[in-house]
Amino acid sequence: MSEAFVTRLDGPSPEREIAHDLVRRALPVAPVLVLIGAIGWGVGGALSAGYAVFLVLVNFLLAAALLTWSARISLALMMGAALVGYVLRLGLIFAAVVLVKDAGWVKLWPLGLSLIVTHVGLLFWETRYVSASLAFPGLRPAPISAPSGS
Amino acid sequence: MLPMLAEITGTGDDLISAGGAIGAGFAYGLAAIGPGIGIGYLVGQSVQAMARQPEAAGMVRTTMFLGIAFTEALALIGFVVFILLGL
Repeated sequence: MSEAFVTRLDGPSPEREIAHDLVRRALPVAPVLVLIGAIGWGVGGALSAGYAVFLVLVNFLLAAALLTWSARISLALMMGAALVGYVLRLGLIFAAVVLVKDAGWVKLWPLGLSLIVTHVGLLFWETRYVSASLAFPGLRPAPISAPSGS
Repeated sequence: MLPMLAEITGTGDDLISAGGAIGAGFAYGLAAIGPGIGIGYLVGQSVQAMARQPEAAGMVRTTMFLGIAFTEALALIGFVVFILLGL
């Protein structure tokens, strides 16, 4: 008897593709945030904004890695990884901020604002490039330019 | 109650800062509950969709990943409020 339901997901991982694309898009934006932090709060602000961008990107990559890894084992594990991963990643962000909060270079306002702005901004930006169709489940393919002779 | 707490903790300033820390902790905890429920529902429905229609799994995973990230933004906002208020 053939299996009537899927227990694991082999094949390409759209999460990893999206997370890598998020990182690629964040790299040119990060200096802008660092600059805004530097203008508003000085060197501490710049370092805090950079640290926040780093935390957000690690968070995305970790989420994608957890889902990709667990989907290849079983759907049930993927569900568990998504839920435990949420708590785990929140805990990691908490620990990463608590560990440095008393350091001289940390300014809490630019750190917090950069965390939110980077996370939400990158996500909204990424939705423009996501296809989520049967043919292209992850990112939308780049448009093919017409040959110059035609 | 409050005078008794003030007597235990010392000055009124200590009491206020303790209350602020407790309030910030509660705010962060409450802010994390909502996204937790949301992510649980989202992933549960996604797993069901993937099990029912395996050929659409890639599409569902994409939407699920973005949905998790958007939902997590709410918890991050709660966390930022927590660090700005009471950490």
